[in-house]
Amino acid sequence: MEFSLYDFSSFTAWIDSSLRASMSPGWAVAVEMILIGIAILIFYALVGLFLVYAERKVCALMQNRLGPNRVGPGGVFQTIADLVKLLFVELVPIKNADRVLFNVAPFIVIIASFMAIGAIPFAKGLQAIDLNIGVFYLMAISSMGVIGVLLAGWASNNKYSLIGAMRSGAQIVSYELSVGLALVTMVVLAGTMQLSEIIEGQRWGWFIFKGHIPAVIAFVIYIIAGTAETNRGPFDLAEAESELTAGYHTEYSGIKFAFFFLAEYMNMFIVAAIAATVFFGGWMPFHVYGWDGFNAVMDFIPPFVWFIAKTFGIVFLMMWLKWTFPRLRIDQLLTLEWKYLLPINIFNLLLMAFLVLTGLHW
Amino acid sequence: MNSFTEYFRGIFNGLRSLFQGLGVTGKYFFKPGTTVTQQYPNNRKDLKMFDMFKGEVIMPHNEKNEHKCTGCGICEINCPNGSIEIISATIVNEDGKKQRIIDKHIYHLGMCTFCGLCVKTCPSQALAFGQEFEHAVFDRTKLTKVLNQPGSKIMKGVE
Repeated sequence: MEFSLYDFSSFTAWIDSSLRASMSPGWAVAVEMILIGIAILIFYALVGLFLVYAERKVCALMQNRLGPNRVGPGGVFQTIADLVKLLFVELVPIKNADRVLFNVAPFIVIIASFMAIGAIPFAKGLQAIDLNIGVFYLMAISSMGVIGVLLAGWASNNKYSLIGAMRSGAQIVSYELSVGLALVTMVVLAGTMQLSEIIEGQRWGWFIFKGHIPAVIAFVIYIIAGTAETNRGPFDLAEAESELTAGYHTEYSGIKFAFFFLAEYMNMFIVAAIAATVFFGGWMPFHVYGWDGFNAVMDFIPPFVWFIAKTFGIVFLMMWLKWTFPRLRIDQLLTLEWKYLLPINIFNLLLMAFLVLTGLHW
Repeated sequence: MNSFTEYFRGIFNGLRSLFQGLGVTGKYFFKPGTTVTQQYPNNRKDLKMFDMFKGEVIMPHNEKNEHKCTGCGICEINCPNGSIEIISATIVNEDGKKQRIIDKHIYHLGMCTFCGLCVKTCPSQALAFGQEFEHAVFDRTKLTKVLNQPGSKIMKGVE
């Protein structure tokens, strides 16, 4: 077996062949699925815990505070302590709530983000499934989460939850358009929806450089709309604390609340990962055509590190946005989408198509 | 045409102000020296409260154990929840005149809301706010304090 940090395809092929040697093909596929599920689950939990800690530290520094600093050095175990506390919190049964929908809602939210993670390429050969319509799949799956949010709001039998869920619905349906059109702009440039080929197309220059101005505009719109789609500030009207206590998850406690909380952070990770893949080349190192020595140095850094670094860079950008801007009102939110982002986006798509047709991009 | 330019000016002005905001928070993020958090139990030794802090009501005494309280009772009248009790006495001073002086200035810290009316209305500036804030005790009778020190006298020239 050959294990390399730079190409995982031989490693995964070795697992596949050794499994197939010892059992029937059907069982081999089933065992592989379970292995991938466990691996993604562990990754999911670790990234979730880290993101919560990072968010608290980043927001603290931006507000001239220190943030968590008591549990462990620099407070690194704070989120683990929070998780343990959440596990022991009583699951309060809600009077007159729709029992089935109430219990199903957090799972829908978390499964939606879990499914999206399966299609994200972490490194060369380290991707659970490489669909030929990868971008389309990600858009479709990431909009599934809103069903869980709407169900949670409806089933809670609470006016705050319902208002929060309805706001979230209006918001996600609107901003889905912008996310989609921004990604379509980049698909026009890439000429494919398959994520592995999109990354391969960025070997000699990431799309944000290749696509010139339309790519930059698409990136800005994608970040704005992606932040809105994850229900994060400044677009967190769905859980506006000052008006709606906690919005759609007001009635949830314990581990069910933890699911919503974790899903919010994982959605942020997924939005950042898609942005890193489509605009910044995913795991592809930074190459300059003709500079062979420089390219060799860049290739020395493993692709996984490149991917994580880019993703967390964009996550930091989203945190920065959240802790700088005040929350939008619902009419301002819809004005921003329908009067500004959408027309600019459609024009931007035309500009990108023009650029690709005339061959003005690299 | 006018609304058309308005639209684009709105976009660019909006973007500029957003970037200004990002600049402010970004500066804070990369300059940890601006942190204002007090790590309280660790820094109790050198923790200095700011001048306007209302920790508790005190009666400043000078080095000759003299205070400025005349025992007029205005603080007691002004206190909205009866945290102050004045027990006054009458003595005969050097001139042979009867004079009203303070016997005990009783201050119930447990009832005080730190509104500051006593300090503000005192005609002779006998009261002030102290910086001490660690008032937790196991027995609430300890929260009743006598502000004038034993054996203290009124300062010369305060009427």
